Amino acid sequence: MSRKVLLIEDEPNIAEAIRFLLIREGWQVETHAEGSDAIEVIQGANPDLVILDVMLPGKSGMEILRNLRELEGMQHLPVLMLTARGQSRDREMAENAGVSRFMTKPFSNAEVLTAVRDLHAQATRS
Amino acid sequence: MRDTLTGSRIRERRQISGLRQAELARQVGISASYLNLIEHNRRRIGGKLLVDIANSLSVEPSLLTQGIEATLISALREAAADAVGQQAEVDALEEFAGRFPGWAGVLAQMHRRVVSLERTVETLSDRLTHDPHLAASMHEVLSTAAAIRSTAAILADTQEIEPEWRDRFHRNLHQDAERLADSSKSLVAYLDDSEAADDRRGVPSEDAEAFFQANSHHFPQIEAGGSGADIDLSAIESAAARTVTKGYLDTYAADVRAMPLDDVQKALTEAEPDPLALAARFSVDIPTVLRRLATLPEGYLGRPTGLVVCDASGSILFSKSVPGFAMPRFGEACPFWPIFQALNRPLVPIRKRVVQLGRTAAEFDCYAYAWPQAVSGYDDAPAYHSVMLVRAVEEGAPSAQSATRVGPSCRVCPNDACASRREPSILSEGF
Repeated sequence: MSRKVLLIEDEPNIAEAIRFLLIREGWQVETHAEGSDAIEVIQGANPDLVILDVMLPGKSGMEILRNLRELEGMQHLPVLMLTARGQSRDREMAENAGVSRFMTKPFSNAEVLTAVRDLHAQATRS
Repeated sequence: MRDTLTGSRIRERRQISGLRQAELARQVGISASYLNLIEHNRRRIGGKLLVDIANSLSVEPSLLTQGIEATLISALREAAADAVGQQAEVDALEEFAGRFPGWAGVLAQMHRRVVSLERTVETLSDRLTHDPHLAASMHEVLSTAAAIRSTAAILADTQEIEPEWRDRFHRNLHQDAERLADSSKSLVAYLDDSEAADDRRGVPSEDAEAFFQANSHHFPQIEAGGSGADIDLSAIESAAARTVTKGYLDTYAADVRAMPLDDVQKALTEAEPDPLALAARFSVDIPTVLRRLATLPEGYLGRPTGLVVCDASGSILFSKSVPGFAMPRFGEACPFWPIFQALNRPLVPIRKRVVQLGRTAAEFDCYAYAWPQAVSGYDDAPAYHSVMLVRAVEEGAPSAQSATRVGPSCRVCPNDACASRREPSILSEGF
C-alpha cells in the first residue's frame, strides 16, 4: 500500500517541487493550499505524514497544528512544518504546538527528503 | 564640587607621579598621616593646601576637585543594575569612578552602547512583528527563494526527468525569478524609504505626528502669537497629511491662546500641575489643559510627558510618545488604557496610575477625559473624542500598589490571564 503525504502549502511552485521529489520517492502526494479547512482535509485524507506551511490563507499552520493535536488519534501523526520565519522563538512555538520537525525556508531538497524519511521511519517503528 | 572624592584623586595622581606619601606630605608641609587621612577622604581639603598639593603633583587644582559627572555615576549605576549574574559593588561606585575615571567612562560608554543596541534590536524585532508590509515582503522573498532553490536543484540533480516536468519547472523557475526580482526591489525600496524617513510615510496622521515630532511638539511662532498658517508645511509631501497637520496646528494655536506659555509657567511654579486646577485657573476645558501640558517645552513639567487622542471607535488620532510607554503603530492599543475607559464615562475626568507590562514595567500617571466634539443636530448622537496625558512617575518614587496593569497592545503584552485579550501574545507563545 502506497504511503501518503498531505502537503499543505499555498506557494504553488514550492508545492510542485516537493510533490515531484516525493512522488519520485514513491509517495502518494495530495496537496492543499488553504488553512481554513485544513483540519477537515487532513482528517479526510488520512495521510501518513503532513507537510504544513506556517503562513497559510485563512488559518495559520501553528493554529492548525494545535487544533490537530487536540483531536483523537492525531497526537502522533508526523508533521513537518515549513516556515519563512526561522527564529528560535518560532521554533519553540512550533515545538509547543506539537511539531515533529521544523524547517525554515529556503530549505534544500535533500533536507526535506531526509526529514520525510526520518519522520516516517520513526512513526513506523513506534 | 565633590569634596568626598578629592582625596581619592590626590592619591591616584600621586601614584601616577611615582611620589611616596611621605614625600608629598613633606613637600607641602604636612604630616604623612594627615595626608593619608586626606587621601582616604577622611579630611576635607581646600584652599592653599589644595593648591600646594596640585602644584607638587603638577596638575590644576580643579582636576583634583572636579566632581565626576553625575551622568557617569548614573550610567554606572544603571550598568550595575542591568548586570546579569554579576553583583557590582555599588557602594564603591563613586570610589571606582574617582580612582579610575577612564575605565569608568569606558564601562559607562559600553553600557550605553549595549542599551542602544538592545533598543535597535527591539525596534527591528517590533517592526518585523508589527509591520505587516515588511513581514509580508520578507515572507514573499524567502518563499520565492525556497521555490527557486528547490526547483533549480531538481533540474540540476535529476538525471532523467520527463519533458513535461522539465518544462513545467523551467516555467516555474522563470516565474519565480521574476517574482523574486520584483519582491526584492519592493523590499529594498520600502526599507530605503523607511530608513530615510525613520517612519512610515503615506498615512496622513503618521506624517502629521512625524512633523510634530520633528518640531519637538513645540512651535515658537505660534507661542509668540502666530497661527497655524504661519508654519511652513512644505516638507510634508501629501496634501492629505498637510490638511491633517494644519488641523492639529490650529488646535495647538487655540490651546496656546487659551493658555499662554508665560501664564502656564507661572502657574506651574506655584503648584504641581493638576489638570483640574489648571482648567479652573485658565477657565478652559480639560482637553485643552491636557493637550497644552503635553506641548510645553522640555523641562517645564520636570518629567517626560506624552499624549494620546482617540475617537469613539478607539482609533488613535494623534500621539506624542513618552519613553517607556509603548504606543502601537499597527493594530489596537490596550483596552485598559484610561483613555478608552474615559469613553465609557464621558465628561468624567479620570486619573489613574498605570504600569505598562513589558521590559521596563515603568509607572505613569494618566489623566484622561472624553468629550463630545460637536452636536450636529437635534436627537443626533454626538461624536466623542478622548484624550489622555501620560506622565512618567518621578524617578525613585514609591511604586503604587494600586497601579493598573496595562499593556501596549495584545500582540506584545505578556499578561496571559487578561480577560480582554483579542489575540494571543507573541511573547507568551515564545516569539
